[in-house]
Amino acid sequence: MFSLEDITQSVHNWLYETMHPTLALMVEFAIIGVLVIALFAFLGLVLVMMERKVSSWMQLRLGPNRIGPWGWFQTVADTVKLIVKEGMTPNNVDRLLFNLAPILVIIVSMVIMAPIMFAKGFQIWDINIGVLFVSAVSSLSIIGILMAGWASNNKYSLLGAMRSGAQIVSYELSAGLSMLTIVVLTGSLKMSDIIQAQETGWWLFKGHIPAIIAFVIFIIAATAETNRAPFDLAEAESELTAGFHTEYSGMKFALFFLAEYVNIFVVCAIGATLFLGGWMPFHVGNWEQFNHIMDYIPTSIWFFGKTFFLIFVIMWFRWTFPRLRIDQLLNLEWKYLLPISIFNILLVTVIALAGWHF
Amino acid sequence: MYRETDIIQTIPGTDEMVINVGPQHPSTHGVLHLVLTINGEIVKKVEPHIGYIHRSIEKMCESLTYRQFIYSTSRMDYLAAHTNNHACAMCVEQGMGIEVPLRAQYIRVLMDELTRIASHCLWWGSIAMDCGAVTPFFLAFREREMINTIMEETCGARLTMNYNVPGGVMADIHPTFQQSVKDFVRHFRSKIDEYDELVTGNIIFQSRLKGVGKLSKEDAISYGCTGPTARASGVSCDVRKHFPYEIYNQIDFKEITHTAGDSYARYLMRLAEMRESMNIIEQLIDNIPEGDYLAKTKAVLKLPKGEFYSRVETPRGELGVYIVSEGGTTPYRIKFRSPGFSNLSALDHMTRGHKIGDLVAIMGTLDLVIPDIDR
Amino acid sequence: MTREDLQQDLTGRFPDFTFEEGGQFLTMHVPAAQWSNIAYFLRDTPEMQFDFLFCLTCVDWLKHLTMVYHLRSYTHKHELVVKCQLDRDNAEIASAAYIWRTAEFHEREVFELFGVNFLQHPDLRKLILPDDWVGYPLRKDYDDPINMIKL
Repeated sequence: MFSLEDITQSVHNWLYETMHPTLALMVEFAIIGVLVIALFAFLGLVLVMMERKVSSWMQLRLGPNRIGPWGWFQTVADTVKLIVKEGMTPNNVDRLLFNLAPILVIIVSMVIMAPIMFAKGFQIWDINIGVLFVSAVSSLSIIGILMAGWASNNKYSLLGAMRSGAQIVSYELSAGLSMLTIVVLTGSLKMSDIIQAQETGWWLFKGHIPAIIAFVIFIIAATAETNRAPFDLAEAESELTAGFHTEYSGMKFALFFLAEYVNIFVVCAIGATLFLGGWMPFHVGNWEQFNHIMDYIPTSIWFFGKTFFLIFVIMWFRWTFPRLRIDQLLNLEWKYLLPISIFNILLVTVIALAGWHF
Repeated sequence: MYRETDIIQTIPGTDEMVINVGPQHPSTHGVLHLVLTINGEIVKKVEPHIGYIHRSIEKMCESLTYRQFIYSTSRMDYLAAHTNNHACAMCVEQGMGIEVPLRAQYIRVLMDELTRIASHCLWWGSIAMDCGAVTPFFLAFREREMINTIMEETCGARLTMNYNVPGGVMADIHPTFQQSVKDFVRHFRSKIDEYDELVTGNIIFQSRLKGVGKLSKEDAISYGCTGPTARASGVSCDVRKHFPYEIYNQIDFKEITHTAGDSYARYLMRLAEMRESMNIIEQLIDNIPEGDYLAKTKAVLKLPKGEFYSRVETPRGELGVYIVSEGGTTPYRIKFRSPGFSNLSALDHMTRGHKIGDLVAIMGTLDLVIPDIDR
Repeated sequence: MTREDLQQDLTGRFPDFTFEEGGQFLTMHVPAAQWSNIAYFLRDTPEMQFDFLFCLTCVDWLKHLTMVYHLRSYTHKHELVVKCQLDRDNAEIASAAYIWRTAEFHEREVFELFGVNFLQHPDLRKLILPDDWVGYPLRKDYDDPINMIKL
């Protein structure tokens, strides 16, 4: 059966057979770098297109439909436009920080890619603290946003960045706590262990009510962390025109834009890994026959299917809900989500200790 | 490189800073310019600067004849051009003592109410968009499009109808007018329930609007607010009820008032008004009497010397037309008391102490149309 | 109060003021110097209670300016028009912005378009026109040879 694991393994073996180990490692780094950048470009094109098609479908429109079949090459044209556009740096901005901010943001979203398992055995770095790594690195992107907002020397940008800071710092908490529920159930921070633990069923179904609560909180917090509506206060276009990236144009703006979409992909991939089993096919307990049939679907399709389903849910939110106000946003986190998460983690600890989950 | 002049300045001695909202800003729906004094997220003061599209219609009208000047008023409140024309035509008719045929009166009222629904549809879409939900805008435009098509059939134009002339209406209704209006009302009855499901019941939307931008009854009167803005504060000020024009005194309709005076009350107010407008349309659409649609008038209209004031309930409130005539063919002085101008003056009072996000919601529920304010 | 009652009542209180014959509304001429007191009186007297200033404008009669205040009472459902004659070269009248707050914006508009100076106005600045505008566009003798098209 077709498997990405075999390909990576044979490339790995071939490199180490023909080259000096250090050189082989370097070549592997280069390959991974190229693949990640390719994935970025691919995700940028596909997710932007998906967003536009989903929104047009929800808004009685056709969406882009001129370039290519059903407008599928619209995003390619957009990319070309953004690349050839002048990347303006306004006067009186802090040039270093202004130019550094988009790069920082994009690097952060690249780094989070590392522990994600795209298919069985197809992973950049199976670090033993995978979940911790993700939650630690993802909170770095706020630095880029604050930099952009401060360096722009624009009041709208500053307000947007401050909102974003308050928002991401708060929602980190409940996102982390809901991720912790699964860690408690699995007993490991390693991504591959978490996925392997779901061989007899996904945690969403195995983990009883606490897992479902954690999943809902995770989705809310993930939406907030990626600055998507209804939590898009950082760039609330009806209030702050474009928030922290008001002064950016051309490719620098495109990097923010790309980082936003890649971040959506990353948080959805994490959500899919933790709650929906990552690449693990849909297994039910010990129904050998059923599980065997499910195994025929390639693991990469399972992973991307789940991830894109979650991405669709987040897009669905965006085109349905109005935006919260900043105080309501913080109230929601500190008065509702955080206490529920804390209570939930106690509950799940009891369940895990008593072994009540399936 | 850090320079002292680079950083964002606050007002000396305070933590407050001044920020310009507009003239090009997504939530001002036009070229309104607000100078906000903010302390963090809290709005301390709002100072509207208007005039970016001031065309001085009042001055222009002084050199236009009584038949001509009506057309320039379509450009005031361009979302409710029909009601503007109506007020002007009524003012001329009042001065000349022209009796408008009953058929024309029916048509005018029907068109007024259709305009009201169309305008409120657009408002509903834009308030949802101000609060961050983009989708309702497209839903509202679907229904507004139907009204625009009806308008196009009968008046020949979709936005600036110019359908009212002194003495009646410019042309008879299109043969399919009654049927398409009936179809529209049937369609819209189900769609307005959909609006409620999608937006009104949404907890985020409610929490954005409830208790925001309170305007007490006394303040609403003192600031000269009219229309849904004032009625949401409990002021019974519907011109259609209190100073009935055309055939409004024969129609059975309710004047809706709320007492809360907050943004949510203004929101509910307009949704209820759309329903009430549909009731009015349903009462009239089958009973349009036969007869002339335009009274016989002289070719050149000359208003007698004197002053004439007529008022109409537009979707935004009371539109007054004040004509001072010296007996000639052109008005000596004309003043449009536009509802948006007075409603805007209450914005500062309503917004102080709220957040920036609330400012947008309050502006949305005031339903400001900038050409109407600027004239 | 009906129009006749209102006229009688006002004549009884202010025998000096003249009333216009006919017309749509009861129209009272008030000297500009007394406007402020009359405005307070009209708003606060229980029989009057003109709480709503629904139109405020000015008319340029070439010899003089006339301020026109349209008042309505929500309580008593009666209406009154008050007119004040102003000197064209030195147009000054007390502001009504503290009495009816809607007057603040309307007076700013009249200030820049007619050049009427409102005394004790809280914030008398140009509202519509650019700050460096010269002249009062709605006055009859205003002329802008470039932008105005004569028919």
